[in-house]
Amino acid sequence: MSDFTMPSLGADMESGKLVEWMVKPGDTVHQGDTVAVVETQKGAIEVEIFEDGTVSELVAKEGETVPVGGVLAHVRTAGDKTPAAAPATAAPAPVEASPAPASPAPPAPRPAPAAFARTGRVKVSPAARRLAAEIGIDPEGLIGTGVDGSVSLADVELARSRGTKAAPAPSARRTGFDPAEMRKAIAAAMARSKREIPHYYLASTIDMEPALAWLAAYNEGRPPTERMLAAVLTLKATALALREHGQFNGFWQDGQFQPGKGIHVGWAIALRGGGLVSPAIHDADGLSLPELMDVLRDLVARARSGRLRGSEIMDPTMTVTSLGEQGADSVMGVIYPPQVAILGFGRIVERPWVVDGQVVPRRLTQLSLAADHRASDGHAGGRLLSTIEQLLLEPEKL
Amino acid sequence: MSDDTPTRLTYREACKQAIRDALNRDPRCLVMGEDVGLYGGCYAVTKGLLEEFGPERIRDMPLAEGVIAGSAIGAAIAGLRPIAEIMTCNFSLLALDQIINNAATIPHMSGGQFAVPLVVRLATGGGRQLAAQHSHSFEGWYAHIPGIRILAPGTVEDARYMLAAALDDPNPVLIFEHVVLYNDEGDLDPEVVSVDIDSARVRRPGKDVTIVTYGGSLPKALAAADELVGLGIEAEVIDLRVLRPVDTATIYASVARTRRCVIVDEGWRSGSLSAEIAARIAEDLFFELDAPIRRVCSREVPVPYAAHMEEAALPRTADIVAAASGLARPQ
Repeated sequence: MSDFTMPSLGADMESGKLVEWMVKPGDTVHQGDTVAVVETQKGAIEVEIFEDGTVSELVAKEGETVPVGGVLAHVRTAGDKTPAAAPATAAPAPVEASPAPASPAPPAPRPAPAAFARTGRVKVSPAARRLAAEIGIDPEGLIGTGVDGSVSLADVELARSRGTKAAPAPSARRTGFDPAEMRKAIAAAMARSKREIPHYYLASTIDMEPALAWLAAYNEGRPPTERMLAAVLTLKATALALREHGQFNGFWQDGQFQPGKGIHVGWAIALRGGGLVSPAIHDADGLSLPELMDVLRDLVARARSGRLRGSEIMDPTMTVTSLGEQGADSVMGVIYPPQVAILGFGRIVERPWVVDGQVVPRRLTQLSLAADHRASDGHAGGRLLSTIEQLLLEPEKL
Repeated sequence: MSDDTPTRLTYREACKQAIRDALNRDPRCLVMGEDVGLYGGCYAVTKGLLEEFGPERIRDMPLAEGVIAGSAIGAAIAGLRPIAEIMTCNFSLLALDQIINNAATIPHMSGGQFAVPLVVRLATGGGRQLAAQHSHSFEGWYAHIPGIRILAPGTVEDARYMLAAALDDPNPVLIFEHVVLYNDEGDLDPEVVSVDIDSARVRRPGKDVTIVTYGGSLPKALAAADELVGLGIEAEVIDLRVLRPVDTATIYASVARTRRCVIVDEGWRSGSLSAEIAARIAEDLFFELDAPIRRVCSREVPVPYAAHMEEAALPRTADIVAAASGLARPQ
């Protein structure tokens, strides 16, 4: 038996509100399954479980605020002796064309035919859906206690009663985030960063011409869905460079540097309507360029729809911010504690540049580093930038 | 009856009193069927009536259901008020042609020139170990047919008073009497001297789930409602009484309140009356529902002879409890 606890989804998170259980007692869970939705200042986060087992008890109730480390559920793991409780819905197949069984026991409720047992769809009863629409609650964000786990009228009524007590806005909404709350979270993290972290800043101008030429050749003839963005190249170059320069990949904790376990690059994503999140691209150094492109696409889409996973919020070992075509030429970043570095790629601009003694037009970017002087020195930072530059000059090797 | 205390009697006796009453009130009324006279009726409903009314009005018929129905139809068209008895609805399949192609259609095809004021009584249902050819429920089939009214008395009161209303109807009426009900006892309220044959009745009020049923399943549904109280569930039990035309207003009013519905029908599920009611609720009441509609029907087998297998094949109280609690308290 082990406890599934409220994760820390940010340096300043003290507690989180359990918005929704995605499992129920008796469910089998595997490492990496999303099991709950927790509302934080960063919005609703899907939280994963990190072991295999069977959910034996949901300790925290939907709507409850639980401190970080507080028990959310008990999970029976493979080592436990107790047999798993039989799922409540188990029932013999209905007898059709053969004589009925003689057993006097009442049959268990009929399970839904497999063809209709679609996963991933939230079942909402017609009456519940109508009431939810009338009072402005998203019924698909509620815990269903009705038939087959459907959201019933009672569930909507419960959400309404809680919503009126808690806040004027329906508290049961799981998607979207509160921009004011996120602003508070950013303020706390950035103030702490500037208060605690002795930043130093370095910058280099990088010739992006070889990388962009390679990219154009790669993209030529490919359908839009398979094309890559320049950001993928800078991301991969950064991840590979961090392999060599580990003192930038990790955390400053308890008065010393703790190297990160794996290179999980946090990718800063600006949200529509304001705010910012930097979810992790796990083991970015081991992904191919097309894989990275897929991950990036998925991550941006989910970040903007408020469906990030807990591990993506917790795991970044370093952050990259890419300003994009509409952005500024360069950035002097603020480190997200307890990380120790943030890299910035400025807008790609065409400028006169000297190549082999000739002034020629080249597409350039400003690569900048803000790093924690407690964890590293400027000399090491310069070598990190230089490594990234070298990698980008040979894009075919990325 | 001038006494104002309730009279306790069996369903069988109520049927007999209804027939005796009809014979006394209307000289055009007569009973015709297999073994209704000398033998006193297969289920002893007409026992003693031959002695009381004589062979002109209590007529034993040959073992030929088509003849019973056909001659009763002719008698009705000619101005009499026949009460035909068909021993069980299983044998009524031999009379189906007469009932559908003549009784149900002649008033329409004649442009109203010929009425068919016929009443047919039929025993229906299983539970008495009479095996497949005597135990099926075909009232759902008859309820499919326009032109006839289908009644299913589930209480002593309806057994006592539905016949008079049926005889007053100028169109054919079929009355399905469930075989397990004949020995059931019930009270007759002296205040009640007639019943309608249009409406369903709420036999037990409740707020959590509606159980719609009729006839022989009514006592099972009421017993289930008693058990459900122990689970904290208040079930409302509706007795359809009239299977055609179905009183949907009463069903809808109940389901709109409880938002959950279990339909108990001793017919087979496929193409059954329960299917029709479920479909109408889904059509007209979809947005009121808070749970799927559930049905408790007979297993799709010829009703077995062996007692334990027959019991398992027919709707049981426990099945109704399970279905209703599964809707009202799913967890």
